[in-house]
Amino acid sequence: MQRVDNLDDDRGIHTTPAVIEPGHDFGTVTDKISSIVLRKRTPLGWFVGFLISFMLTGMMMGTILYLVMTGIGIWGNNQPVGWAFDIINFVWWIGIGHAGTLISAILLLLRQEWRTSINRFAEAMTLFAVASAGLFPLLHTGRPWLAYWLFPYPNTMGMWPQFRSPLMWDVFAVSTYATVSALFWYTGLIPDLATLRDRARSKFGRVVYGMMALGWRGSARHWHRYEITYLLLAGISTPLVLSVHTIVSFDFAVGIIPGWHATIFPPYFVAGAIYAGFAMVLTLVIPLRKFYGLEDFITERHLRNAAKVMLATGLIVAYGYMMETFTAWYSANTYEEFMIRNRFFGPYAFYYWSLLVCNVVVPQLLWIRFVRHSTVALFVIAMFVNVGMWLERFVIIPISLHRDFLPSSWGMYSPTIFDFTMFFGTIGFFFFLMFLFLRFLPVISIFEMRTMVPEAQLPEEKLP
Amino acid sequence: MRKQTRPPTYGLIAEFESPGDVIAAAERVHEEGYRRVDAYSPYPIEALSEAIGVHHSRLPLMVLIGGIIGGLAGYLMQYYLLVINYPLNVGGKPFHSWPQFVPITFECAVLGAALTAVFGMLALNGLPEPYHPVFNAPNFALASRDRFFLLIMSTDPKFEREQTAGFLKSLGPREVTDVEY
Repeated sequence: MQRVDNLDDDRGIHTTPAVIEPGHDFGTVTDKISSIVLRKRTPLGWFVGFLISFMLTGMMMGTILYLVMTGIGIWGNNQPVGWAFDIINFVWWIGIGHAGTLISAILLLLRQEWRTSINRFAEAMTLFAVASAGLFPLLHTGRPWLAYWLFPYPNTMGMWPQFRSPLMWDVFAVSTYATVSALFWYTGLIPDLATLRDRARSKFGRVVYGMMALGWRGSARHWHRYEITYLLLAGISTPLVLSVHTIVSFDFAVGIIPGWHATIFPPYFVAGAIYAGFAMVLTLVIPLRKFYGLEDFITERHLRNAAKVMLATGLIVAYGYMMETFTAWYSANTYEEFMIRNRFFGPYAFYYWSLLVCNVVVPQLLWIRFVRHSTVALFVIAMFVNVGMWLERFVIIPISLHRDFLPSSWGMYSPTIFDFTMFFGTIGFFFFLMFLFLRFLPVISIFEMRTMVPEAQLPEEKLP
Repeated sequence: MRKQTRPPTYGLIAEFESPGDVIAAAERVHEEGYRRVDAYSPYPIEALSEAIGVHHSRLPLMVLIGGIIGGLAGYLMQYYLLVINYPLNVGGKPFHSWPQFVPITFECAVLGAALTAVFGMLALNGLPEPYHPVFNAPNFALASRDRFFLLIMSTDPKFEREQTAGFLKSLGPREVTDVEY
C-alpha cells in the first residue's frame, strides 16, 4: 500500500502532498485529535460560532412555531407554484449529505486512503444535512403532527399509504438513508469513544464516553468482525446513496411537468448531489483545519482531490443542463421548448444565467493548477457552487411550475420573509449541530489515522 | 487437577510496543497450542487476528439473510396492502404493478442488511459489556492509544501459571502480568 506517494512525479517540482504529514506516530495522532475534545478550555471562537448558530436555530424554531400555529400559508408557495423553497431546500440539503456517504463508503471501497482524515467529519455533515433536509417535507405536510400517516401502520381509518407514488418512495429512501448514515457514523465512532474514555481526565467524561463506547476494548476478535461490518456497511451504503438521490429525482421525473419529466434526472441529480456535497466539504474543512491546526492531517492533498471531484461532477452537471436543452429542442414538443425559452428569457432568467455562472463557468477555473493549490480560491469557488446548486433547484422547481401548459393558469412566485427565516434557520441548525460535534466528538477518525502512520507498516509490507 | 471451580486469575497478559512484536508473539503462542487467547490493539490489524486463529465469521451470511428478509418484507408488505387489503385503481395500472414496488423493496433490503450488520457485529462481540477483567491489566488504557497486548486466558487447557508466564516472558514483551477478575 502506498502511504506517502510523492513518487508519481520525480521532477520534484509538483510533488503531491502526503495524506498525513511526516513525523507522526500512534501517540501523536491520538493526542492531537483527542485533545480537541478533551481540553478543558473551549476556544473563544467556538463560543462565537456556537452562539451565532444557536441564534439562527432559535429563528428556525420561531418560524416553525408560527408555521404550526398558522399553517403553511405563511410561505410564498401557492397555486400554481405548490413546491418552492421547502422542496428546493430539501433537495439542496439531501444533496449536500451525499458527499459524506460518498467519502465514507464509495472511496473506502475504491481504496482511496486520503478519505481517512475527512470521512468522520463528512459523515457528520451527512447526518446534520439530512436532519435539516427532513424538516422541510415534514413541515410541508401542513400538519406535521400527523406525519406518521406516511408510514404503513394499521389504523382505524382502514387506509394505507399509496406505494405507487414517488413521494412514498422518498419517505422510505430518506428514512433508510438517515438510519444507515447514523449507524455507519456510530459504528465508526465506537473505537474512538473508547480512546476518549481511556484518556478523559474528568470522571463525568469517562462515564459518558465509557457508556457510548459500549465497553470496546480493541480485542482482535472484535476488530475482525468490526472490519467486516465496516466494509459491508460501505458496500450497502454505496447503492443506497445512489438510490436516494435517484428517488428524489423521481419526485420530479415521474410527474408530467415540462422541465421535470426527463429521463436524465437520476444520474444528473446524483452527480449534482456529489458536486454540492464536495463544495460543502471544502466550505467546512478549509476553516476547520485552519482554526484547529489540523493541517497535518487534512493536507493540501485532500483539498486538491476534493477540487478534482468537484470539477468532474460539475462537468456531469453541465452536461445535464446541456441535455435538458437539447432534449427540449429534439422532442419538438411545444411545452418543452417553451420551458427552455422561459428559463433563458422568462421573468426568472436572471436566476438561470446566475446558475450557469456559478455551476458551469466559475468551476472551470479548477482546471488551472495554482487555483486548485490556493486554499482561498477553493473556498470562494466552493461558495459559488453552494449558491449555484441552490439556484439549480430553484430553476427546476418554481420556474418549471410557474408556467406549464395553460397560460390561463400561469402565475408568479415570490418567497416571503418566513421562507428565508426557515432556510437560514436550517443553516444555523446545521452549524449548531456541527459545533456540538466539534466540541464533544473526535472530528477525525483516530483509529483509522493510526493505520496511516509509518509505524503501522508491518515488516513484510516494507519489503519490495 | 485444579481444586478451585474458578481459576484465581482471568489470565496472563503481555504488553508489547510495536505491531510487529505482538504479531510475532501471537504466532508463537498459537504454535505452542494455546487457543483461548486474545490480542488487543489500538487499530485493526488483520495479521494479528489471523495469528490467534480467527479466520471466518458468520457475520456476512447473517447480513445477507438480513437483507433478504428486509427485501421480502418490503415487497410482501406492498403486495398485501395494495393488491389484497386495499386495492385501488391508480391511473388504470394493474394492482400488482411490480415495477413501482421496486424502490421500497430495495430500501427495505438495505435497511435490513445494515441493521443486521451493526447489531449482529455488536451481538457477536458481546457488546455492550460495561465490565471486563482485562481492563484491570496495568497500562491497559494505552490499548486504545499505542500499546499492544496479548492475553492467554486461565481457562485454556494448556494454561499453567508459572510455565505460561515464563513462556510469555520469552517472547520479548515489556511486561507480563496477571489479570485479576
